[in-house]
Amino acid sequence: MSSVLFFLGAIGVITGAVGVVVLRNPFYSVLALVGHLISLAVLFLLLRAEFVAAVQVVVYAGAVMVLYVFVVAYVGDEGESIGERLRGPGPVGSGLRLGGAIVAGALAIELLIALLGTGLEAINGYGAGYSPGPRTYGTPAYIGQLLLTRFLIEFEIASFLLLIAAVGGVVLARRRGGLGEEDEREALTPLDLLRPLGTGTIAEGVGRRPDGVLRAQDSPLETGSRYPAP
Amino acid sequence: MSIAWYLAVSAIVFSLGAIGVITRRNPLVVLLCLELMLNGANLALIAFARMWGNGDGQILAIIVMTVAACEVCIGLGMIVAIYRRHLPIDVDEMRELQG
Repeated sequence: MSSVLFFLGAIGVITGAVGVVVLRNPFYSVLALVGHLISLAVLFLLLRAEFVAAVQVVVYAGAVMVLYVFVVAYVGDEGESIGERLRGPGPVGSGLRLGGAIVAGALAIELLIALLGTGLEAINGYGAGYSPGPRTYGTPAYIGQLLLTRFLIEFEIASFLLLIAAVGGVVLARRRGGLGEEDEREALTPLDLLRPLGTGTIAEGVGRRPDGVLRAQDSPLETGSRYPAP
Repeated sequence: MSIAWYLAVSAIVFSLGAIGVITRRNPLVVLLCLELMLNGANLALIAFARMWGNGDGQILAIIVMTVAACEVCIGLGMIVAIYRRHLPIDVDEMRELQG
């Protein structure tokens, strides 16, 4: 039973990975990655990593992939046209593709030799003993206890990393209206001193003052946004 | 199944991700292939954790997922910023990364 599940999961994992690499449309690539992640969660379950499998499905296949789908929908048409251009004939492009495939094939062979040709006896075993029940290997209680005792520093570092990434994502993706904009505001509220321009309300993001008047110099058509605000 | 099978799958997934990172030019797909490589590493980590019967590898896999989420956040933010500046979304044409 477990070997049947393993092969089903492994086929799903590898098919999803091939789909991500091969499919032309980035949207389908994202969907293939979702399939890949769910199959990978099956393998995690077979390895008794229940909590990691649940995190994989909920966080990765759920939340992160939704982010990808949003960005693909935002940038999508551009990506497709580039895909078509890549498809076109050209000795340089196909040579690069072939070279990449050769490099990665060599990497695969080397990894397989390193992992499977090793003298480690335990790799051919089925792993350490496992007894089901609370507070045993792989359950949320076990993971939580480890995270808050032995791996507390790593846990805190990861939380700081997430904070930095969240701030960085906001800074990278915020609307850039240019530098001269700040001087042209007539009414400066105390709130403006606390935060940079263009990071406030949605109304401000589309270029409206609090009284509803559309500022001419902030019109989305002129400040780089491709789609005019409704 | 013995641990070796899981390691073989992880090596294959890692190499497929490497192929994608090398050959694809759309940065979105490059990010997706980076995810593939991270997932291959995760599978190896969890297989080794199972081999030893302790949870260190699983904790490391969760940390890797966290780092992957950060990478997605920053990478997608960069792609959106590139798109807003009307630059071509193609890793071969982005030669200068000046603000």
